[in-house]
Amino acid sequence: MRALVMPKWGLTMTQGVVVKWLVDEGADVEQGAELLDVETEKILSAVESPASGVLRRRVAAEGSTLPVGALLGVIADADVSNEAIDGFAATFEAEFTPEAEAEAGEGPSPQQVDVDGHSLRYLKMGEGGEPAVLVHGFGGDLNNWLFNHEALSAERAVYALDLPGHGESSKNVGDGTVGSLAQAVAGFMDALELPAVHLVGHSLGGAIAAELAGATPDRVRSLTLIASIGLGREFLPGFLDGFATARRRRQIKPVLEALFADPALVTRRLVNEVLQYKRLDGVEEALAAIARDLVADGEQTVAIRERLATYPGRILVIWGADDQIVPASHAVGLPDGMHVEVIDAVGHMPMMEASARVNQVLAAHFEGLLTA
Amino acid sequence: MARTITLLQAINEALDQEMARDSSVIVMGEDVVGGSGAEGEMDAWGGPLGVTKGLYGKYGDRMLDTPITESAFIGAAVGAAASGLRPVAELMFSDFVGVCFDQIYNQAAKFRYMFGGRAETPVVVRTMYGAGLRAAAQHSQSPYSIFTHVPGLKCVMPVTPYDAKGLLIQAIRDNDPVIFFEHKGLYETEGEVPEQSYSIPFGEANVVREGNDVSIISLGLMVHRSLEAAETLAGEGIQCEVVDLRTTSPLDEDTVLESAENTGRVVVVDEAPPRCSIATDISALIAQHAFDALEAPISLVTAPHTPVPFAGVLEDQYMPDAARIAAAVRSVAGYAP
Amino acid sequence: MALTKNDLLRAYRLMRTIREFEERVHVEFAAGEIEGFVHLYAGEEACAVGVMLHLTKADRIASTHRGHGHCIAKGVDVPAMMAEIYGRATGSCRGKGGSMHIADLDAGMMGANGIVGGGPPLICGAALAAKVQGTRDVGVAFIGDGASNQGTTFESMNLATVWNLPAIFVAENNGYAEATAADYAIGAGSLADRAEGFGMPAATVDGHDFFAVHEAAGEAIRRAREGDGPSFIECQVNRYYGHYEGDAQTYRPPGEAEAARANHDCLDMFAGRVTASAGIEREELDDIDRAVAALIDGAVSSAKADPAPAASEYLTDVYIDY
Repeated sequence: MRALVMPKWGLTMTQGVVVKWLVDEGADVEQGAELLDVETEKILSAVESPASGVLRRRVAAEGSTLPVGALLGVIADADVSNEAIDGFAATFEAEFTPEAEAEAGEGPSPQQVDVDGHSLRYLKMGEGGEPAVLVHGFGGDLNNWLFNHEALSAERAVYALDLPGHGESSKNVGDGTVGSLAQAVAGFMDALELPAVHLVGHSLGGAIAAELAGATPDRVRSLTLIASIGLGREFLPGFLDGFATARRRRQIKPVLEALFADPALVTRRLVNEVLQYKRLDGVEEALAAIARDLVADGEQTVAIRERLATYPGRILVIWGADDQIVPASHAVGLPDGMHVEVIDAVGHMPMMEASARVNQVLAAHFEGLLTA
Repeated sequence: MARTITLLQAINEALDQEMARDSSVIVMGEDVVGGSGAEGEMDAWGGPLGVTKGLYGKYGDRMLDTPITESAFIGAAVGAAASGLRPVAELMFSDFVGVCFDQIYNQAAKFRYMFGGRAETPVVVRTMYGAGLRAAAQHSQSPYSIFTHVPGLKCVMPVTPYDAKGLLIQAIRDNDPVIFFEHKGLYETEGEVPEQSYSIPFGEANVVREGNDVSIISLGLMVHRSLEAAETLAGEGIQCEVVDLRTTSPLDEDTVLESAENTGRVVVVDEAPPRCSIATDISALIAQHAFDALEAPISLVTAPHTPVPFAGVLEDQYMPDAARIAAAVRSVAGYAP
Repeated sequence: MALTKNDLLRAYRLMRTIREFEERVHVEFAAGEIEGFVHLYAGEEACAVGVMLHLTKADRIASTHRGHGHCIAKGVDVPAMMAEIYGRATGSCRGKGGSMHIADLDAGMMGANGIVGGGPPLICGAALAAKVQGTRDVGVAFIGDGASNQGTTFESMNLATVWNLPAIFVAENNGYAEATAADYAIGAGSLADRAEGFGMPAATVDGHDFFAVHEAAGEAIRRAREGDGPSFIECQVNRYYGHYEGDAQTYRPPGEAEAARANHDCLDMFAGRVTASAGIEREELDDIDRAVAALIDGAVSSAKADPAPAASEYLTDVYIDY
């Protein structure tokens, strides 16, 4: 018997609202299947099954607000008796005490580090192993890895940073080119004494990661490109400008909806978080400077294939089949030797929309268990 | 980094950051420093409630104590704004506008239009409003509808520390005159505020709670009381959407109408008296543009049409509270023609 | 400041331009060509020009209902002013202000003002801006005897002293606030005495005498530029027309304006003095008269021919319209 519990997505999450059950009681479920939607202060997302089996009980009522770790349901084999299930649930609930507020604040918290005149924010989770660095995309921040960071850190130290101009890093981006952003990431690795890492980049972060991998292959143990730019020409027209210039909810919402296969994921809170970032002094200028280097006449101007050719290590490419920003067709016809993972019914943010799958392949990739 | 500070601190921080950024920003008003010309300490008060405390030490002559002479110094702020400065004038209590209304209403508000678009008047008038402090009839009013009525003025009333900082920075950078209303009862409200500077555009209402049953449209301190009522009502199975107007001029008509169309049932909560008010204005807007969506008459929860009384037992009845708001919501939610 | 011949010719040209402008507006208004309220400055020209000859473009003035003269003397474009009075798109305010609200901030003219006593607080602000920015610019508030009784004026004079502002208050006392005599309405015996009560030096001069105004203004503006604070000047003067055009002026003794025009006209006094003692020939002044007449003719005919604002303009120049 396995307890399905309220997940903890991100450091500040203390509770979630059960929005909707997606699976009926008694249904067979695979590990990783989406069982119910939960909304937090930050995001609406699906809770995935921790194991394969039968969803024997839906304990949490739709609309209820429950603390992290609270029992949502019970997964068990079909032959376990109802009494045993009830007993399991009763015992769990009797023994469960919600994480105290004080404890909630005790986990790892973001730090700032100075790198070549930038103050960069980063969050480290996990210890030891071969470390990994997660690099977000245009307009993103380290919270883009909310559903991945903790899972990936089981075996290693995992660092997620805010690029210059993003999140709570300083907003000066210099010339804003992929090259100078890559320098900042290299400087970040120097500052934290990380000689070599598993490097994961999303979208713009993919081009940054590829730049580093090509230029300094010995510093990159493995490379992962998620919905990366630089592999083809097409790019959703107006997206960068729309994102860079939007100041209001009505302007930013359609832009954000294009990021996901399921636009319902763009909750009012997500919109507010993006707006809060966008309102900071210097952000609009920083994003405009970065955008200038990425797209011209509606086509991508960054190309990373040459860089990739000089990188001898393992490369994993992940794409959402329904990516509206950078089409998944860019994952077709890549040079030999790369492992390509295209995930159905997912948009430009596979690490959020299909976090379980992404976490699974990333972990395997880090260990060298994927085949090209 | 965001940290938790009070609304009062958020306003002080906004002024501090804008004065540091732009040397044309000055602050003037009665006792905004406190102690000018006296033999004790300078910056003795830092504003009657300490909102501007500490800025004199950093900005010296750009922090100006005024005599009690509102029409001269509000007018001077307007004139300085039309001469290259970005003054933030503090009209201690919004009730005092009677003695300087011309400078706001006929001068500041009209320059840009009347001079054919060839003038800018980037002045901010910060002013305290609202009841609840037993300050009686001439220190407790909520006269924002009077200003909202005037074309050319922008009217802002922050509810959270985050909004207070971002809206005040926007107000200072804005090229039109802005009346910035601060509720006395909200200064100690705490909330997360980024240390960095940021600005919030005007004309965007904030949906502070989502719900599908009844819309509560509110502003200022009443947003907190509306949220309190919404919490109680959620326990009864009534899900309220609470909209904080944030600015009454420009008014975010779209968000108000979207919410009304979504729920079909509307309660408007306003601390001011009921005639020619924000409450009546919002209800007229909804009646005009979302009539077909309405499933119940719009309900208004406002102060009565009286001056603000002094004695606690009187003033407590005067101000709309969560219980009255909840009662109005129940009646609207249960309405069947 | 010693006046050169050029200064004198410039002063004459400005006074003549104001006179010609006002006389022509008077005629055109009577002919039904101009709408709304107009308040003419004819007779008071020496006040505006005597002060303004000391000012630069960066100095600021605030004016009154009776603002045409201040505008012209401060350097606002004359054809644009005429076009504004005609409500044209080419006007100083693109037809949105009219006679009572002509302004040109680039020329340091903060607006004629429809509110009696509206200007002095604004000038405290302009003077404060100069002080904060560390320039040597000054602000001049023109008021009438009517505004001399407004609280805003008192408060502004006090504030100017408290903050030691580079502000000058110039009261043009033409004897009537609308239809009520200054002698009736001003409680104190003298405006200058009142100003001294606010802690600033005050002078009373004959407002028809350009040289008297110029001298008093020179001292006040020098003090202001040197950081010595505000001053007050009362200019005693006559207005040749009514409070507004169409005013039958039955409150005035018959012949009062005519007598002033005949015996104490600022242009006549000026011309007499400069031709007698400043080496200026009558012909030079006549040349100016002809040039000014042509300028005003041109301003009127172009104003009449200029387009009205596009109807859609009524919704522009304001941050939002509903």
